[in-house]
Amino acid sequence: MLAAFKKQSILPGFWPSFSYTTLYLTLIVLIPLSAVFLKSFSLSWEQFRRVIMAPPVVAAYQLSFGASLVAGAISAIVGFLVAWVLVRYDFQGKAIADALVDLPFALPTAVAGIALTSLYTEGGWVGRYLAPLGIKVAFTPLGIVVALTFIGLPFVIRSIQPVLEDADQELEEAAASLGASRWQTFYRVILPMTRPALLTGFALAFARGLGEYGSVIFISGNLPMKTQIAPLLIVAKLEQYDYAGATAIAVVMLVISFVLLLGINAVQRRSARFLEKAR
Amino acid sequence: MTREEKRMAADPRPVRLLLTALALAALGLLVALPLVAVFAQAFDKGWAAYLTAISDPFTRSAILLSLLVTGISVPLNLIFGLAAAWTVTKFQFRGRSALLTLIDLPFGVSPVVAGLIYVLVFGAQGWLGPWLADHDIRIIFAVPGIVLATTFVTFPFVARELIPLMETQGIDEEEAALVLGASPLQMLWRVTLPNIKWGLLYGVVLCTARALGEFGAVSVVSGHIRGETNTLPLQVEILYNEYNYAGAFAVASLLSVVSVVALVLKKLLERKTRQELP
Repeated sequence: MLAAFKKQSILPGFWPSFSYTTLYLTLIVLIPLSAVFLKSFSLSWEQFRRVIMAPPVVAAYQLSFGASLVAGAISAIVGFLVAWVLVRYDFQGKAIADALVDLPFALPTAVAGIALTSLYTEGGWVGRYLAPLGIKVAFTPLGIVVALTFIGLPFVIRSIQPVLEDADQELEEAAASLGASRWQTFYRVILPMTRPALLTGFALAFARGLGEYGSVIFISGNLPMKTQIAPLLIVAKLEQYDYAGATAIAVVMLVISFVLLLGINAVQRRSARFLEKAR
Repeated sequence: MTREEKRMAADPRPVRLLLTALALAALGLLVALPLVAVFAQAFDKGWAAYLTAISDPFTRSAILLSLLVTGISVPLNLIFGLAAAWTVTKFQFRGRSALLTLIDLPFGVSPVVAGLIYVLVFGAQGWLGPWLADHDIRIIFAVPGIVLATTFVTFPFVARELIPLMETQGIDEEEAALVLGASPLQMLWRVTLPNIKWGLLYGVVLCTARALGEFGAVSVVSGHIRGETNTLPLQVEILYNEYNYAGAFAVASLLSVVSVVALVLKKLLERKTRQELP
């Protein structure tokens, strides 16, 4: 039975490292995560439904979804542009620009949150130019989109960059020599080639946006029914010791993000197979 | 024409300039400006005010706590990362791809939910709550809870860096070492670790930056007790909510310096990691 489980190898240490990996994974991740699902079973279906269909909760889900979608889309467009410029062109300070892309990964979310808020309030560096135009960013859903775009941008850029780097430019040259305009080449050759990576980047940014907390709560102002995101409601329920309510909201979020994660994996596996065939 | 020249030739110069300007403007506005704002606000009232803000005793205890938590979480995830990468890259076994997916699982979990799950296990109303209370052990609203939440959030970072690297390196060198009579430990020290050292360091840098800065998960399990369970990011939040903006941004600037250092290290290590690829 053991032989069927694992292919033979002369390398040592399979069983110790395998056991340690699964044990640590089970203790730190799987058992605590299962607690959420088990706890939600302590609610009847009716109670569960009442928690997640309550108007503030529905409003929060809609806001989290909507803002993450918009921010993901902006990240996809801006991210593609930045990745294109970083891969295809040469300019001074390129290394710095490239390093800067990872800043949202490295900067603590709370720091990003207060920094963005200070920029976009009415007296802030950016807000003061938007206020005369009647555009309010801080303490509105627009502020949430700004924060989630900051968070999502590197996911898109880092997904597309390697694909653009590997892309065979002879395909573009072939398209051009067959009479395609630069725009047609972009639309018919470059875009289809980068689509799986773009989709992955978008989905990663979207998934991260749904769960994001630290960078959002400062700029959103947390007005009930207007700018409260779903993770904030979990924290609010916990502060009232309503564990079952917090859990119900969390279960819905977990299921959505796991479905997204599986989807991303499927896209990546498919495009890997596609690239292998092309080689 | 070199490859580089060919690339550039594809787009006419005005298009190149326009796109570059747009991309840099977007990066500057969206990413660089918030970083600049942190330092501008921190030094708004001058050096003296800055030094007062960061030498506050509560800030000092927050620094120590953040370092302690990071000092425990990162080594834990480092050992896990090595074991996990060794298991999934050097052997073929059933359930390998399921294990790979499970390792990535914490990436898909909201930080707030990551905190919540430990409250459900160790909190007063949780599974182990009554037993822990009987034995006078505090995990939630105490340091162990903060360590657990941080460990969860930074769980895949080292493994994630090592797995693609070790997969491309294959098993030939290790096999050769064993055939030539090396013991497993010698193989680990002389072959495997030297091959992956930069990638490993890179994972540790990412893991450390994230552990120091984690906010959502820690905020759920910490209880915000000043001087006891307040980490640096939580201290930023408290000062900010008290309208002590200069103080909040001063503490935030410390965290920002850490992340800038992490970015510089990342850039340097990336080049080294590329050399590790066969």
